[in-house]
Amino acid sequence: MPHITPGQAYGFFTDTSVCIGCKACEVACKQWNQLEGHAPSFLDGFDNTGRLDAETWRHVQFHDNVPDEAVTPGNGAAWLMMSDVCKHCKQASCMEVCPTNAIIRTEFDSVFIQPDVCNGCRNCIAACPYDVIGASETTGIAQKCTLCYDRLQNDMTPACAKACPTESIQFGPVSELRQTAAKRLEILRGQGVTQARLYGHDERVYGGLNAFFLLMDEPERYGLPDERNAVLPSRNNAGGYLTAAVTAVLGVLGGLVALRRRKEKVEGPADG
Amino acid sequence: MGDVQHFAGPPDWLWYILFYFFLAGLSGGSYVLATLLRLRDAPGDEPMARIGYYIAFPPMLIAPLLLTLDLGQPMRFWHMLVNTTPGHLGVNFKYWTPMSVGIWALTVFAAITTVSFAAALVRDGKLRIPLVVRLDGRVLNVAGSLFGLFVAGYTGVLLSVSNQPVWSDTFALGGLFLASGLAGSAALMLLLARYRPEARPSAPMLSVSERLYSLLELALIVVFAVTLIVAGTQEIVFGLPWSLLWVVVLAGLVPGLYGLATERLSAGPAVAVRYSVVLPLLVLAGVLALRAAIIFSVQV
Ligand code: SF4
Ligand code: SF4
Repeated sequence: MPHITPGQAYGFFTDTSVCIGCKACEVACKQWNQLEGHAPSFLDGFDNTGRLDAETWRHVQFHDNVPDEAVTPGNGAAWLMMSDVCKHCKQASCMEVCPTNAIIRTEFDSVFIQPDVCNGCRNCIAACPYDVIGASETTGIAQKCTLCYDRLQNDMTPACAKACPTESIQFGPVSELRQTAAKRLEILRGQGVTQARLYGHDERVYGGLNAFFLLMDEPERYGLPDERNAVLPSRNNAGGYLTAAVTAVLGVLGGLVALRRRKEKVEGPADG
Repeated sequence: MGDVQHFAGPPDWLWYILFYFFLAGLSGGSYVLATLLRLRDAPGDEPMARIGYYIAFPPMLIAPLLLTLDLGQPMRFWHMLVNTTPGHLGVNFKYWTPMSVGIWALTVFAAITTVSFAAALVRDGKLRIPLVVRLDGRVLNVAGSLFGLFVAGYTGVLLSVSNQPVWSDTFALGGLFLASGLAGSAALMLLLARYRPEARPSAPMLSVSERLYSLLELALIVVFAVTLIVAGTQEIVFGLPWSLLWVVVLAGLVPGLYGLATERLSAGPAVAVRYSVVLPLLVLAGVLALRAAIIFSVQV
């Protein structure tokens, strides 16, 4: 791969149609980023990790989609597997709400939580629509995928993409990845794989995701909101403040009415 | 209906935040009521006004502490105010982020309540710093009330500005928290007036305002419920076991609504004496239960 140049947008294209669920990405991520992880839990399929959080920055989802009738082999539909990760949203909900400005866009256009700035308020966790961020019990701060910021600065591919044996995770300049993805979709469609679709490849969800996906089912199946539901937290500012302001006005008026009433009572002759 | 998708994870804001929201509502509400009483310029209302200014202060000592303790890195609480990003040193103020605006409002309001608290002590002859009385004029009281209204209400907006189920499905939370904070403040001031006989003449005002605030709160609970039904997330917050908390919330509205139904807006000075200790406590329990139901149902 050509040199990784600051100033250019980098990201992941995760093609779930070729994922074999080997979890090499999960392991490589933990190893490089020195994440302790959790004790394995016994969940559905081969998932013993559960979800993305402070200790898990790549997570392979397993969805048992085996239909009762025989399926055509080779289209990746029987098991839906997807290596999930921070989407490095162009319009990032986490970044929008962070009060300390700990969350920044790096010179590689990735979304990065500065570990020395974050104070662990967890506002970003409530905001991320993909449930990506977790609060670390050891460091007390919010943690998530950094797109291997330290590796990029040293001209190295992120650990997960490097380790993925099927090239389900591809790393590169976002513009190139978008072209690769479009071609791949065309090939699959040509093979009659009608359920294949891209998610986050255009600006319809959060202005475009720098880590985007080729999916084999509806986005919500993988915990990804559809276009209508992919909304920024700030959408609620106006309504929330307006209701509070109207209540404030009514509250003051109510107080004035109460004062007036009392006055009449106290000063009225009947009350003597 | 029922088709809003939520995949956001809970931020684990629990006990500290519950009590912070509770205290913010009472502090803000009391300051506003105290100012209304004082601005009326009737000497008989001054003792009750001072009760309000006394109430507004302690929560503003405790609240920042609760907020700080809830941080994963408490010693970095000041990062909310100062940007420590290398090369971008400056003030942090993001007007589109209620948490950022709120922290500034809290800072200013805490300073104002401190002055008004000290001034109330001076006026009551318990302290001798004449300067604070000069500071504690109309301008400060009115400004403090505006900040008080904000501090009592923004906590609800903060929840809404997220992608959490329930919280982000409604626009009513800011108003709802404010209305309940005002109702709770009126009840608390009435309760304390028992121990300050010279404040009794103002008791009817508080009694009537508590009725109106309970009505306002009820109206906002309805708006809250309707917005959730439209989004399809009502089960999360109104289902069991949270419905038990909602019983407490509604019970807290009963004194006010009953008063409204029977006596409308009239209330003689006798009200203060009739007013039991239990009823204001019930109102306050309702204020706490409202916040607990909304915070915990989404996260536990
Ligand atoms: S996926 Fe979540 S954590 Fe990642 S950039 Fe988007 S909002 Fe932030
Ligand atoms: S937890 Fe850290 S990164 Fe997240 S919003 Fe708070 S300060 Fe920002």
